[in-house]
Amino acid sequence: MLLIECPHCGPREQTEFTCGGEGHIVRPDPATATDAEWGHYLFMRKNPKGLHFERWFHAHGCRQWFHAARSTVTHEIFAIYGIDEPPPAIDPSKAGSQ
Amino acid sequence: MSRTKYSIFSLLRQARDYHRGWPQAWRSPEPKPSYDVIIIGGGGHGLATAYYLAKEHGITNVAVLEKGWLGGGNTGRNTTIVRSNYLWDESAHLYEHSLKLFEGLSQDLNYNIMFSQRGVINLAHNEHDLKELTRRGHACRLNGIDYEMISAEQIKQIAPIINISKNIRYPVLGGSIQRRAGNARHDAVAWGYARRADEYGIDIIQNCEVTGIDIENGRVTGVQTTRGPIKARKVGAVPAGHASVVGRLAGLTLPVESHPLQAMVSEPIKPVLDTVIMSNTVHVYISQSDKGELVLGAGIDPYLSYAQRGSLDVIEHQLEALCDLYPIVKRLRVMRTWGGIVDTCPDASPIISKTPVEGFYMNCGWGTGGFKATPGSGWVFAHTIAQDRPHRLNEAFDLKRFESGFLIDEHGAAAVAH
Amino acid sequence: MSQAFRNGDGGRIDRGKRLNFTFDGQNYDGFAGDTLASALLANGVRLVGRSFKYHRPRGIVGSGPEEPNALIQLGVGAHTEPNTRATQIALFDGLIGESQNAWPGVGFDVGAINNLVSKVIPSGFYYKTFMWPAAAWMFYEKFIRSAAGLGKAPSEPDPETYEKRTVWCDVLVVGGGPAGLAAARAAGASGARVILADEGSEFGGSLLSSRDRIEGREGADWAGDVIDDLAGMAEVRVLPRTTVASYHDHNYLVAVERVNDHLPLGERHGPRQRLWKIRAKQVVLATGAIERPLVFAENDRPGVMLAGAVRTYVNRYGARPGNRAVVFTNNDSAYRAALDAADGGISIAAIVDCRANPEGALVRLVRERGIEIVSGSVISGVRGAKQVSEVEVAALNDAGDDVVGARRSFDCDLVMMSGGWNPTVHLYSQSGGKLAWNQELATFVPATAAQKSREVGAVNGSFSLADALAEGTRAGAAAARDAGFEVEGEQVPACEAAPGDGVLSLLALWDVPCGRKGAKRFLDFQNDVTAADVALAHRENYSSVEHFKRYTTTGMGTDQGKTSNVNGLAIMAGLRGVDVPEVGHTTFRPFYTAVTVGALAGINSGPELLDPVRKTPMHNWHETHGAHFEDVGQWKRPYCYLRPGETVKQAVDREVLAARTSVAILDASTLGKIDIQGPDALELINRVYTNNFATLKVGQCRYGLMLKDDGMVFDDGVTARIGENRYLMSTTTGGAPNVLNWLEEWLQCEWRDLEAYCTSVTTHWAAIAIAGPNSRRLLAELTATDLSNEAFPFMSWQDGEIAGIPGRIFRISFSGETGFEVQVPASYALALWRALMTAGEKYSITPYGTEAMHVLRAEKGFIIAGQDTDGTTTPYDLGMGWIVSRKKGDFLGKRGLERPDTLREDRKQLVGLLTENPNEVIPEGAHISPAPDSAKPVPMEGWVTSSYYSPNCGRSIAMALLRRGNERIGETVALPLEDKVVRAKITKPVFFDEEGERLRG
Repeated sequence: MLLIECPHCGPREQTEFTCGGEGHIVRPDPATATDAEWGHYLFMRKNPKGLHFERWFHAHGCRQWFHAARSTVTHEIFAIYGIDEPPPAIDPSKAGSQ
Repeated sequence: MSRTKYSIFSLLRQARDYHRGWPQAWRSPEPKPSYDVIIIGGGGHGLATAYYLAKEHGITNVAVLEKGWLGGGNTGRNTTIVRSNYLWDESAHLYEHSLKLFEGLSQDLNYNIMFSQRGVINLAHNEHDLKELTRRGHACRLNGIDYEMISAEQIKQIAPIINISKNIRYPVLGGSIQRRAGNARHDAVAWGYARRADEYGIDIIQNCEVTGIDIENGRVTGVQTTRGPIKARKVGAVPAGHASVVGRLAGLTLPVESHPLQAMVSEPIKPVLDTVIMSNTVHVYISQSDKGELVLGAGIDPYLSYAQRGSLDVIEHQLEALCDLYPIVKRLRVMRTWGGIVDTCPDASPIISKTPVEGFYMNCGWGTGGFKATPGSGWVFAHTIAQDRPHRLNEAFDLKRFESGFLIDEHGAAAVAH
Repeated sequence: MSQAFRNGDGGRIDRGKRLNFTFDGQNYDGFAGDTLASALLANGVRLVGRSFKYHRPRGIVGSGPEEPNALIQLGVGAHTEPNTRATQIALFDGLIGESQNAWPGVGFDVGAINNLVSKVIPSGFYYKTFMWPAAAWMFYEKFIRSAAGLGKAPSEPDPETYEKRTVWCDVLVVGGGPAGLAAARAAGASGARVILADEGSEFGGSLLSSRDRIEGREGADWAGDVIDDLAGMAEVRVLPRTTVASYHDHNYLVAVERVNDHLPLGERHGPRQRLWKIRAKQVVLATGAIERPLVFAENDRPGVMLAGAVRTYVNRYGARPGNRAVVFTNNDSAYRAALDAADGGISIAAIVDCRANPEGALVRLVRERGIEIVSGSVISGVRGAKQVSEVEVAALNDAGDDVVGARRSFDCDLVMMSGGWNPTVHLYSQSGGKLAWNQELATFVPATAAQKSREVGAVNGSFSLADALAEGTRAGAAAARDAGFEVEGEQVPACEAAPGDGVLSLLALWDVPCGRKGAKRFLDFQNDVTAADVALAHRENYSSVEHFKRYTTTGMGTDQGKTSNVNGLAIMAGLRGVDVPEVGHTTFRPFYTAVTVGALAGINSGPELLDPVRKTPMHNWHETHGAHFEDVGQWKRPYCYLRPGETVKQAVDREVLAARTSVAILDASTLGKIDIQGPDALELINRVYTNNFATLKVGQCRYGLMLKDDGMVFDDGVTARIGENRYLMSTTTGGAPNVLNWLEEWLQCEWRDLEAYCTSVTTHWAAIAIAGPNSRRLLAELTATDLSNEAFPFMSWQDGEIAGIPGRIFRISFSGETGFEVQVPASYALALWRALMTAGEKYSITPYGTEAMHVLRAEKGFIIAGQDTDGTTTPYDLGMGWIVSRKKGDFLGKRGLERPDTLREDRKQLVGLLTENPNEVIPEGAHISPAPDSAKPVPMEGWVTSSYYSPNCGRSIAMALLRRGNERIGETVALPLEDKVVRAKITKPVFFDEEGERLRG
């Protein structure tokens, strides 16, 4: 079980959180998006082996969403940052990225 | 096809010389500079694809490239359940084809994969479950797939260790059974396919990781590997949990997420359960192996991972429910837990498809349901590669469906909710 | 025979406390401080079990968690527990143990016939046969299965209980041997929160089996003193009988404390076992090492034991596993065991050493004692069916791959073997730590830790006592420092160990030759894997570490390969002609030793605790009025209220009729309620619903449909405008948390410019739906609010007082009947319910359940999200295009509805079905076929989503999703069931009061 440092509540057990998957997905303009672009937005995911920027929701806590930069190989969490912040610069090799 | 045929007679003959005469089950060849077809991924699906390429399509100049050891991914990490009781026609026909291949697989491969049709029971714990199972039952019946709704009492007769008391949190209201379903020995499926593919002259190359896919003018020309470049006219990828990683090498982004799926076994005990029982609602999947271990599957972990391990809370929840449903397990012990990396698709259905790259084919997204599909998946994928067009059984499992919206939503039938 | 093999003194047993126990029906006695294994050995019991495959007689091999053979069915009846290791069972008075996997008994076992045919059944034989005739496997499997398993599961529910604790600490020290004790003391002295756990009943680890001295005391006494010191430190927790079983991500470890297992049944109080879930800032692993067997011919005979285990039995328990021993070793450590055994009354017939010129302090000591050392030699055979009686010794050739020269025989009843030591790296490896091969020790040792852990002592490959104490002290201090504590003066305890302590001078000899074909050299005792099986796996190219493990089943028994894995890898490496690291090792998986299911489940099972039970404020009333409950998510909802003598169907019909003829009430409290406030509340609602809410005035309500962004129906419900910037959204019962999370996600992640706040008020407000022609009359008796159509039109709401309770009255209806929904603060709901029941008596008011609600809404063609939709259904499919706004801007799902597949005209669309036979109720889930009589697969074009008998229509009604349904109204379709084909006419999906007069009436 991961230990996740909620930016508002401090370190808490993973069971308090809901994982929201990939972060920073941009919703295209529905008025102009092609079917392919819309399908891409809905379903296509980077799913990287290594560094992943993802969303978490402190569902059983402060109920705030935030971002985490986490390795999908070691599960190490490198950064926790705001839901409206851009991804921080992290050396992907530290996360075992391929 | 010069290999020793496996039988009781060859066993007895070999025994005279202390089994010193058995040939290799498969070779460990060096990669050739080029092949007609390269299969990326030496799991069950990849090996089956190679075998059916040779058997059904006469294509034998094939290499299977495996970054680790063959059968080492989800093939060797699942709870070995084989069934075909799916909801939608598209899935039902594919999984049923697979189940039929399983029924003759030991003989076809001359390798005992121990397909034991001891039946798979799905439990219903509430009205909604009952409705789901009934709906699936009607669809299966019309699709020619055996499926019966059974009462809690009938389940108790088949599996006396189950608790059908009303006084548990989610009582068993009834369920369904597919009697032709059951278990097979997972390793044997991979090994059996490997041995037969090898007999056809197909090169199974282990410890050979694909690090690049060569594309010229939109057409695949070969692969880069940790053992050097290899040319190929066609490349079929069956990378399971690593689908996105391999897809990216060909410039593809896939609708796939890789999650841990955990399973565990108890210490071996004398037989107490001769069927497979699955419960969607409380995430408990139980059977007993021929060694006596209770084989238990859990739900998937919520986060992405390539680590082949998950969180303890998933196991705890599963065992809590297990104690409710099967009270005698409480004093038994969990001997070993492990994880696989499941490649989940948004509609809980796989992708067996051509891709925008000519000559590059993708087979992935099996999520929690891959093992049971092994023969069928290999069979249709071999067809897709050989003919450069899908078989009618896998037409619907095209990558394009995520653009058009024609999804095949099998969350109900996929057992483990994504 | 009473403890004939017990020494008169020595050891850490209490000879004043005699304990009686039974093994295989025989009565024995032992002493407090014994394990079952030590007590059996003291009583001269050598044969304790049969192996899994060949049913060969087996004796005790080890003295701890590595034991592969001595697996005991412990206890009887509901308390029985299979596969317990005798070496880890603390003896208690009245203990009952049975050997396993033998019939009729361990002395004469019919299954031993397998041993006779063992030549034909090597590893993997089952892959090569049982294939003829086709599909015969099921037949063969019956027989194979009957031989499966070791012990027996209990047949009754477990009478004992389990519990869990979650703790956070600064430093967790795993293992209470010298290194762990030193670490715990150093860390504890800093004031850090320290947990020290050890699987044994007594702390000290190897000190309990040795005669080394620390700080001027016997090692075991020193250990006791350290524990006393630790007990005096307020922040230190000491956990004996506690096995740390797994090491997970982010320094999360799980330990199992055996609280009661060492006590007689009558003396057990509280939980049987306690699962500790520990989040540690720092971890010190002091998990020790496990001795390796040597793989020589007939090394599985009862009486062939690990040398270190014999030393433990003699030193710690004063028990002699034999009277005359031959020692077989490839390293110095067995010499120490030999010396201690000799001092403990075991005569050493010889030490057989595969090394040509063993020397070193310990070797010299042995020589001085006059014990014969047969160097450059091996044991080439062991005789004795149920106990060792004689060994045959032969010299090795120069290459070390065969035996040469004359054989010598030694009479003995014990063989002490040592093939070196494997650090217990299980937890370390589980943590993700990388292992490296240490050539000198010929084993894997920790290399690069992946988490915040330190490895000290034997697990680190540091086998001397001095090193263990030094490493432990330093690591304990460093861990405390890293956890933020100040450490002053780390004092490494001084020790006096035997000469040559920790020196192995090992010569690896993995596959001991014997010069005979077919002689069995066991590698995995429990699973009966021999060196020949490894050779077979290699020959057939199952040479990678995982293939070899799986093909031969090495290391897959209950001991999980603690004694077999490295030997297996090394033998495979030899066959492949490569170094061991090139073969690699298998991944260590949780658990280190198996963990009781009950302990992992804890108290969280059973009707109350498996999952929280959610009950409405009226639950007890329902219960006492015949409610037949159904589970809807975590909620308990009345499905119907059974009157005496009524069937469920009769009750549902009665309730449905009552709602249309007089008045009926439903507990609707479980429906989700979300209070949405803020200047942008409207904008939020407009973006998540398909229809336009901009025109909704304060005091009005509107039904809304919510889509995922792919255009598929996700949830529905009525939203009321409570104030200028305040809305109350209702959701389905099951969808409530998802909808709230959905709103939060969009608000917080995507629409950060919107100012709106969502609060779940589901359980703050209870809701009662009042339906039926008399509903207005009834409600009017309880409220002063004007309920007339003019003053209170359909789809509006008002604050009001009902039966003296302030609440909200909504003019909404899911039944299609004239109706109201009243919401009051939850704590008043029961009072209101009772008031309604009392006031409604004159109208024969009828409480109705979920099924009647379903029938009523189906009569009206109202959908239930999740029943008439399935994640592939759009509003258009439901014939609800009217609710999809074309005027307002973007909303979730809008673009999704415009994808090629969602625009197809041949989609499945919701229709009504009326069967030809009005009394025939189509089963829900039945499929519609254009060619019901065709061969399978029968083509399908839709399915029945809802189907009921409608007492109000006097006939059955059904709703179905049917391909091109909209354009096929009036057609007849066929539904092939198991035994017949039902035909039904396609209608619009509304069966009652199509104009909605009642609704608005």
